[in-house]
Amino acid sequence: MASITDAALAGEVEADFSAVDKARVVEALSRLLPAGALMFETEDLRPYECDGLSAYRQLPMVVALPTTEEQVVGILKLCHEMGVPVVARGAGTGLSGGALPHQFGVLLSMARFNRILSVDVPARVAHVQPGVRNLAISEAVAHHGLYYAPDPSSQIACTIGGNVAENSGGVHCLKYGLTVHNVLRVRGVTIEGDIVEFGSLAPDVPGYDLLAAMIGSEGMLAVATEVAVKLTPKPQLAQCVLAAFDDVVRAGDAVAAIIAAGIIPAGLEMMDQPATAAVEEFVHAGYPLDAKAILLCESDGTPEEVAEEIERMRAVLEQGGATEIRVSRDEAERLRFWAGRKAAFPAAGRISPDYYCMDGTIPRKRVGEMLSAIQEMEKKYGLRCINVFHAGDGNLHPLILFDANQPGELERAEAFGADILELSVALGGTVTGEHGVGVEKINQMCSQFTKPEIATFFRVKAAFDPAGLLNPGKAIPTLNRCAEYGRLRVSGGQLPHPELPRF
Amino acid sequence: MNDVIEQWQEKVRSAAAEGMSLRPRGGGTKDFFGRRADGEVLDTRALSGIVSYEPTELVVTVRAGTPLAELESMLAERGQRLPFEPPHFGDGATVGGCVASGLSGPSRLAVGALRDFVLGVKIIDGQGDLLAFGGQVMKNVAGYDVSRLFAGSLGTLGLLCEISLKVLPRPAVERTLCLGMGPADAVEHLNQWGGQPLPISASSWHEGELRLRLSGAEAAVAAAVARIGGEEVDAVDAQAWWRALREQRLAFFAEGDLPLWRLAVPSTTAPMTGDWFIEWGGGQRWLRSDASAEEIRRIASGVGGHATLFRGGDRDGEVFQPLAAPLMMIQRRLKQAFDPAGVFSPGRLYNGF
Ligand SMILES: Cc1cc2nc3c(=O)[nH]c(=O)nc-3n(C[C@H](O)[C@H](O)[C@H](O)COP(=O)(O)OP(=O)(O)OC[C@H]3O[C@@H](n4cnc5c(N)ncnc54)[C@H](O)[C@@H]3O)c2cc1C
Ligand SMILES: Cc1cc2nc3c(=O)[nH]c(=O)nc-3n(C[C@H](O)[C@H](O)[C@H](O)COP(=O)(O)OP(=O)(O)OC[C@H]3O[C@@H](n4cnc5c(N)ncnc54)[C@H](O)[C@@H]3O)c2cc1C
Repeated sequence: MASITDAALAGEVEADFSAVDKARVVEALSRLLPAGALMFETEDLRPYECDGLSAYRQLPMVVALPTTEEQVVGILKLCHEMGVPVVARGAGTGLSGGALPHQFGVLLSMARFNRILSVDVPARVAHVQPGVRNLAISEAVAHHGLYYAPDPSSQIACTIGGNVAENSGGVHCLKYGLTVHNVLRVRGVTIEGDIVEFGSLAPDVPGYDLLAAMIGSEGMLAVATEVAVKLTPKPQLAQCVLAAFDDVVRAGDAVAAIIAAGIIPAGLEMMDQPATAAVEEFVHAGYPLDAKAILLCESDGTPEEVAEEIERMRAVLEQGGATEIRVSRDEAERLRFWAGRKAAFPAAGRISPDYYCMDGTIPRKRVGEMLSAIQEMEKKYGLRCINVFHAGDGNLHPLILFDANQPGELERAEAFGADILELSVALGGTVTGEHGVGVEKINQMCSQFTKPEIATFFRVKAAFDPAGLLNPGKAIPTLNRCAEYGRLRVSGGQLPHPELPRF
Repeated sequence: MNDVIEQWQEKVRSAAAEGMSLRPRGGGTKDFFGRRADGEVLDTRALSGIVSYEPTELVVTVRAGTPLAELESMLAERGQRLPFEPPHFGDGATVGGCVASGLSGPSRLAVGALRDFVLGVKIIDGQGDLLAFGGQVMKNVAGYDVSRLFAGSLGTLGLLCEISLKVLPRPAVERTLCLGMGPADAVEHLNQWGGQPLPISASSWHEGELRLRLSGAEAAVAAAVARIGGEEVDAVDAQAWWRALREQRLAFFAEGDLPLWRLAVPSTTAPMTGDWFIEWGGGQRWLRSDASAEEIRRIASGVGGHATLFRGGDRDGEVFQPLAAPLMMIQRRLKQAFDPAGVFSPGRLYNGF
């Protein structure tokens, strides 16, 4: 049996799992799972070797595909006894390597937990298994005039389990909130095999808010087996304003002006010119190609309310120097406006062999500064970057374009990305708004948090997972790693961006 | 302000070393809440003031000892507010006490709970370390969501020094309707309306009167008023009434001396017999009763909810509903993680922590 040292549990050094005995684990798991629910031959493992962040690849030791909670309990208890790491996986659309397998671990695919268990229409709650796709919930309740509000662009594929683990957002979360605001209860299994329920169908459970801790925890605290989500009444009407600007900073200022006017749009998104050009070629949304930036600003509610709000939005945008304003005339046109924004990632994939999506959040007022800095970085790294933003909440998705087949480009893209993340922290923001830390941003966590803060995160993990077996090595860097990263990044006592005040 | 923080860190370190406990306390307006806790009072009002506020960022960062009233009036000047309408329960309420007690007001069901608006905290942990979690931005998944763990922690996890909260614009219009109906009808209607895109921002039912507050754009509120019907309450009276409800100054709460129980239940739960005060679209129900805690908790858990002994009764017993064993174990370990020596308000939340 493998065991983890105290230093690893305290987050000082990486845990070493090389003593895990594959043959014994396979043998023990095969007693718990039916044929076809356990895979350990290389060719069967291949489909699981990466998530949406495909630059990182690792074959798992075994893949388990349970169908019942009882099997999940069995697998986790067994892994706990044998000291085997466990990595949960939903649809594998994560963009930070959260579901990247562990070399000596079990990849626990929750794909077969794909049933909507029940919908309580009067209470506006859906009870679903974690492998249910985000969009499937909204589709299943649409005829009741309800929907599940968080709408990540990946919603046709990503699962609720993954959304819970990443606290995923969408283009409507400024008004309707993130996953954390729309999930009432998560039932799950701890590594010790205990069944736990975080949250409740009744408001505000007593004690520390374990549901909040579970959401966004990247599969590090427990494995979700059932999720109760809040359903929201569909607004009677939604309309979208498309505004063009001849200057990105002016567009950024217009975003602030809308908020200052007391408007909380249902969606508020921004794209720069290269992003607009890339999607236009792909989906023909009719975007103005001469604009330096466009804003998409949505209003929803009753027809009267929408009419009133659209007029106020139009006034603010005109005042803010918009060169062109279009208001969607019907649902088809509204969807066309959004189609471009929602296709930004695939569009990047069309114009470049590879792209690398960043996810920092910064205070809205510093968007202009960030964009100018990114332009400088394009020169520095010799790579192009197109920018789409959840402008309403300051969450940026710069897409760095590169070609992994050109020697050195991947490394330059990663360094470019790291620079953007460090700048996000320096501007008073965070390295990740919604995609999670995973393996991708683990070094930048060292810039955002101090040593005692990182040690606290390890203690929080240990409160749920005392053995340190759930998704080890992700999300929170060991202090050892930070020390090494610090040596790499801080040269001659200089922090990156010394010109900026430190927050 | 840094000297105050340093003094506090020193105080915590020496308390930890000497096995003493400290009880963070702001205005003391919520002393009645939670279990009776020991410990030397640490008055948080020394650390007061707004750190930053930019209305266009929808975020305010305040020191924990800042009076809640001061924060609210500053926000009001810029047409904004704390959307969760926290109860003050007295003049001296501080922002830290508000967050630590985790209580939300009448708008809870419509806009979310206090914890939904906590973006970041700066705290002193049980070892005297000053730690920052979350931040000043709306979307942030770097590290576990420690900030929200502090909402409702009742001073048992650590000492809150600074808090960043999401704020929102005040609604353009608020109107209140009053409709006569029995409790079963009220619960049914509230849930039906909840499934429709109506701007209901608060509800209360007591003794045959259902009150609804509608908030939002003028046109949307007018349309809803026309659709729901009932009698409109004069604007000034309505405002005073919702405030009195939030502050528990209505007769149901303020008079009589039976213990006050708060039951949180799924909103569709059928009304039970007895003198209940129903809020939050059916999700929060108040009862004055000297029935045993076991009995009341059995009722609550029977419908998938939980009961809190809110005011009065035995403050040495459990006032919050005991949790299932695996959850209780995680809670205890979390307390250990932040406060290994048990410095902060031991026993305020549950027996032992
Ligand atoms: C084109 C594209 C667009 C995207 N757009 C958005 C967007 O707009 N907003 C956004 O927030 N994200 C977006 N994402 C990111 C991604 O879709 C989300 O993070 C999503 O929530 C991941 O879900 P998944 O089912 O694919 O999870 P996976 O990638 O399989 O896993 C993600 C994490 O969840 C954990 N996990 C999965 N299931 C469970 C479970 N049952 N219990 C415990 N842990 C579990 C895994 O261990 C891992 O850490 C996008 C991704 C792509 C590829
Ligand atoms: C191993 C390691 C590697 C790092 N690598 C990088 C890197 O590559 N790039 C990068 O940008 N940063 C990096 N950092 C982070 C960086 O060193 C600091 O955390 C940050 O830049 C602030 O520096 P500091 O020296 O002021 O902080 P500290 O030395 O942590 O603290 C200085 C003072 O601030 C006080 N303080 C600490 N936290 C708070 C708080 N929350 N509120 C108020 N006061 C506080 C302390 O008590 C102390 O008095 C690294 C950190 C570590 C531990």
